[in-house]
Amino acid sequence: MSDGAAIDLLKTSDGRPLKAALAEAQRRAKRRAFLLVAPLLLFVILTFILPIGQMLHRSVYHDGLAANAPVLKAWFEANPEGTAPDEAAYAALAADFKTMKAAKTAGIAGTRVNYTLPATRSLFTATARVADKLAPPYKEALIALDEKWASPEVWGALRAASSAYTIDFYLVSVDLERAADGTIQKVPENTRIYIYLFVKTFLLSGLITLTCLILAFPVAHLLAVLPMARANLLMICVLLPFWTSLLVRTTSWIVVLQSQGVVNDLLIALGIIGEDGRLAMMYNQTGTIIVMTHVLLPFMILPLYSVMKTIPPSYARAARSLGATSWTTFRRIYLPQTLPGIGAGALLVFILAVGYYITPALVGGADGQLISNFIDFHMDKSNWSLAAALSAMLLAGVLVLYWLYDRLIGIDNLKLG
Amino acid sequence: MKKLLILSTALSAVAFSASADLTVMSWGGAYGAAQTEAHVKPWSAATGNVAVMLDSDNPAQPIKAMVEAGNVTIDVASVEYADAIRLCDEGLLETIDIATLPAGSDGTAAADDFLPGAVTDCGVSTDIWANVYAYDNSKLTGTVPTLASDFFDLAAFPGKRGLRKGAKGNLEFALMGDGVAPADVYAMLATPEGLDRAFAKLDTIKDDVVWWEAGAQPPQLLADGEVVMTTAYNGRIFGAAIGEGKPFQIVWDGQVYENEMYVVPKGAPNKDMAMEFIAYATSTEGLRAQAMQISYGPARKSAMLEELVYKDGTTVMASHLPTAEANLTNALLSSFEFWVDKDAELNERFNAWLATN
Repeated sequence: MSDGAAIDLLKTSDGRPLKAALAEAQRRAKRRAFLLVAPLLLFVILTFILPIGQMLHRSVYHDGLAANAPVLKAWFEANPEGTAPDEAAYAALAADFKTMKAAKTAGIAGTRVNYTLPATRSLFTATARVADKLAPPYKEALIALDEKWASPEVWGALRAASSAYTIDFYLVSVDLERAADGTIQKVPENTRIYIYLFVKTFLLSGLITLTCLILAFPVAHLLAVLPMARANLLMICVLLPFWTSLLVRTTSWIVVLQSQGVVNDLLIALGIIGEDGRLAMMYNQTGTIIVMTHVLLPFMILPLYSVMKTIPPSYARAARSLGATSWTTFRRIYLPQTLPGIGAGALLVFILAVGYYITPALVGGADGQLISNFIDFHMDKSNWSLAAALSAMLLAGVLVLYWLYDRLIGIDNLKLG
Repeated sequence: MKKLLILSTALSAVAFSASADLTVMSWGGAYGAAQTEAHVKPWSAATGNVAVMLDSDNPAQPIKAMVEAGNVTIDVASVEYADAIRLCDEGLLETIDIATLPAGSDGTAAADDFLPGAVTDCGVSTDIWANVYAYDNSKLTGTVPTLASDFFDLAAFPGKRGLRKGAKGNLEFALMGDGVAPADVYAMLATPEGLDRAFAKLDTIKDDVVWWEAGAQPPQLLADGEVVMTTAYNGRIFGAAIGEGKPFQIVWDGQVYENEMYVVPKGAPNKDMAMEFIAYATSTEGLRAQAMQISYGPARKSAMLEELVYKDGTTVMASHLPTAEANLTNALLSSFEFWVDKDAELNERFNAWLATN
């Protein structure tokens, strides 16, 4: 076939070249296959990829000032960082304030600047209120209105906010901020929170995963080795809480564990603790760990069970008959075979725990809150860009872990059922 | 791009089909019930329109998401004063013209009848409420707390305290509990030293605090004995004490009070009807009707001309209102300028303080 021109081309019965006809048929098959998956693809794009893309976009984009102060933005673009604001800059600011007053957008612009430099929002709304009365020379007029307009911090924040695309929200989510001269520095110690929260979220999730594994392993083993009828009954016991509403389970735990709750009352009735010694097991970190472990337990049991079910008991018997102790048999023969189930269960529980919201929100009190609760907090406070940046960080953290898992254990070894 | 963003947000937002003509969102519990009885039901009966009340822990929170997604499902929301200002500044609310509000029952024009600040560009006051603290009379025997400083005195009054989870209100209360006069509180909070002092005061009780979020929680915490004293919206304590006969006592010292505002989210599905509702609810009669349901002060002078009596027919409301002269001796009007500016920054610090031990 190296010399195509010399060979008479193969043809189909209707005279078309075979190669083209084949390609045509394959294209048709591909098209059909694509049409079959198209609804799912569209669904995934609309409900998953687009929102996540939108979220990532929001985390680096806030046009509150850029869109509403175009003249000032132009001045910043024309003059490099470090230029002291001259009369032209103040004139640009005044012109933008007049438009902002007419369009009632000073609040939006002020909100954006406030994210970079707190306590500047009212400077914007107050200045906009009297924008019509501003007259040249604008520098003196604005500074007379509020001397903050002379401050380099304010102008630094204006410059940072005048670009719609910004990494400021990511800076905040790792406890950093911009100094007046544009350099990046750590925020004061008493407002550092996000790194602490990320670390805490990942540590607590790890702890919950470990507790789940320790609790689930024997149960899954029992499920796998019991005779069918009894295993089914046990299975229902495992699945029953799984089918119960999450809210119901969480609030039941509140009833059980709160300081005037069942467990404390019981301990007092038994004389184990006194009335003053009621244990604080709810509305703190302990509550979050206990309830989340319970809620996520089935996600560990089920993959473990499905793997254990397929392990032939003859392997363990063979090991014992060859002289291995029961511990060696477990460690060398049984445990390695359950690894795919452990990996799947641990990954599932960990990823669910890292993003868990409702349980810590209800039982976490002050110190049992996870990063997701703070994402929600900023959603409520309308700082969506910061919420998006925090979410993106969380997403990145989970992806890194997933990648690590793939490198260390291999994602092919995962067995979900 | 922006259109695409909005479109996809709208697509991902769950469609909520209201069968009602008018949807009002408020804070639930005794307060939501009061607004339902005083405003929603009578308005429905008077106009023949169907109106429903939805509950929320804070009705200001969903407004931005709704407006930006172009899927506004509520017509009227009852929000805190600073939120009404902030949302209005951000163009998320419809403007309300004070000239369209009815004159007072004595004929005074609305602009003169409302107390100063009670009508803003986008909101009309439905009442004036206070964040007070209260205790259970039956549990505290002997000396009872009478001052803001007693709340922070764990030696004299041991036991758990309830506080609203958030910086707003608590920082002011902490300074007043530390002996700062109400007039100096915001000037002091504007300085780093003042802030440190407020947080240091909160530090003294931090380990004994149960944090609440919904307004219905504090009376429940008191009733369950989970706390010996708690801050609360004064009307909720009044409802439990007078309405349900619970032995709760309010301490009128160091409380922060402010206007509660009815607002209309931008693009509300029934905007005209929402405006009619607000005019109806904030008329002299509307404000009086609400003040007879719950002990929050009406923001019209004409509403105070005649004596207000609670729905039980015997309790005179005057002494229970945050606006009563006797209750204002050591009280602070919440500063919206301060909170609109500093809300983000101070909540950041408050959250950091709360999450790290």
